[in-house]
Amino acid sequence: MITLTVNGESHTLDIDPSTPLLYALRNQLQLHGAKYGCGLGQCGACTVIVGEEPVFSCLMPVAAIGERAVRTIEGLGTIEQPGKLQRAFINQQAAQCGYCIAGMVMRAQALLDRTPWPSDEEIRAHMEPNLCRCGTHMRILAAILEARGASNGSRS
Amino acid sequence: MGRATVVLIAWLCIAGVAGWRAASEPALAAGTPAAATDAAMIRHGAELAAVGDCIVCHTAKGGKPFAGGLPIDTPFGTLYSTNITPDAKTGIGSWSLEAFKRAMRRGVSSDGHLLYPAFPYVHFTHMSDEDIGAVYAFMMSRTPIQASAPANELIFPLNFRPVIAVWNLLFLHPGTPVPMSRQQDAQLDRGHYLVDTLGHCAACHSPMNLLGAEKGGKAFDGGVIDGWDAPSLKTLLHAPTPWTREQLTSYLRTGFASEHGAAAGPMLPVTRSLANASESDVEAMAAYVMSMQTSDPAPQLSTAPKANPAANAASLQAGATLFQAACASCHAAHAPMETIGGRPSLSQSTAVNSDSPRNVVRLILDGLPPEGSTPARLMPPFAGMLTDAQIADLARYLRSQYSKESPWPLTAADVAKYRKEKPAP
Repeated sequence: MITLTVNGESHTLDIDPSTPLLYALRNQLQLHGAKYGCGLGQCGACTVIVGEEPVFSCLMPVAAIGERAVRTIEGLGTIEQPGKLQRAFINQQAAQCGYCIAGMVMRAQALLDRTPWPSDEEIRAHMEPNLCRCGTHMRILAAILEARGASNGSRS
Repeated sequence: MGRATVVLIAWLCIAGVAGWRAASEPALAAGTPAAATDAAMIRHGAELAAVGDCIVCHTAKGGKPFAGGLPIDTPFGTLYSTNITPDAKTGIGSWSLEAFKRAMRRGVSSDGHLLYPAFPYVHFTHMSDEDIGAVYAFMMSRTPIQASAPANELIFPLNFRPVIAVWNLLFLHPGTPVPMSRQQDAQLDRGHYLVDTLGHCAACHSPMNLLGAEKGGKAFDGGVIDGWDAPSLKTLLHAPTPWTREQLTSYLRTGFASEHGAAAGPMLPVTRSLANASESDVEAMAAYVMSMQTSDPAPQLSTAPKANPAANAASLQAGATLFQAACASCHAAHAPMETIGGRPSLSQSTAVNSDSPRNVVRLILDGLPPEGSTPARLMPPFAGMLTDAQIADLARYLRSQYSKESPWPLTAADVAKYRKEKPAP
């Protein structure tokens, strides 16, 4: 049995310990925000926060998580009450097809939690692992700039 | 008495001697570089500079080529590479050919101050006049960039440059010609010359002594640089698929050998630079490196761990679980990276078959970072995903599964140590 703490809630799951976290989130916990992109840790669509680190959940063994808390996009806000970073993405219309956006938001959230006022350069370097095929990068950067100072967006 | 104390005392003695010895060199008059050097010479100089990897150390991350400013981590502190573009104020634009030659041969700057031996003049000292002239012509044909390197951050007494004079007495042997002519094979001679002078391969691929110089008689036995093992260059025939000259040439020019794997760490930019060297020169270097292989089996430094078998089995099982989720999508036998991408199995990997687990741990921690738009040879970093203990389990599993060599006695504490080895970017 694997115990996961996701967005503050504890779950005990009867799954193979070598299951990637992404599958547990989507199949067992019905949290469909994180997306399957490449399955190789090269696109970032599956990014969630484990402990304080943004990770590729498609490569994160559930057996490796241990006591670390998992945060997904669902933990940042709701449709009625989006978190500050989610609000900024909406304000800047940063999504086109939207497939990469949950991963983008979670990677950005990890940065803002650690560095509430990152420079433009820090944001660009931090966001490098996540790809967007529609090319909305400039709007994504603008959204993160807008959300600066809004750390810990989860329970706003 | 700790090793650090011994080193400090050694350096203090050296400082004393340095103070006693008149250690300054005269400034050389500023020269005006010959403007109309012919294009063929510049091109030749460019190919030689590529063999010398000048651009690798003399370019900061994201900086202009050859404008310097790259931090170089040494056991004695951080050095910053200098600007070698022909900018008169901040680069070498006012250097005469004589001054350039003196720097390459004796490690002396144009104004007479001594350069730190991170600049491998102990190797360049044996270059021919013609080659130094060609590299000079190439450097002087670059676009001048105004850029000053940050001040070095070295421990006392090494921040006192005259100390280097004594280091030079011990380790710089100018004028000693490389025993060049074997009078049998022009290609081997050429390779020998390039490997020992411009290529300065031994600078990384040899163990260092306490004074930061290559240990005598141990050239090419392998060393440690920036948290990576630079493997021995004498045991290439002991690889699971023994290296050939053709494979080595291809690896040096492309950073990839289909029977061995991809270049990583500090070797990756070296292969990028060698891609611009002349093909025949790289072939000659590969031929020479292949000529120095030992026939004895590689020394086995590691001994089988005496861990209790149950704990050992549990560790391997934990490693297998981690591999299935984190690695198998690329590194399993059926994964597209191997079946379509033509990448070798981990069983061919130099890192997995090495006596030391350092490079495997390094690769798991840092991955292979993407480099601009060059064809993807990338691996995600796992430093933030896996704990030290998990990385130890995973590395030991890789060793047991993919190598016939003896197991690594690798612990979480070792991984923690490797984690800290990398200098801050």
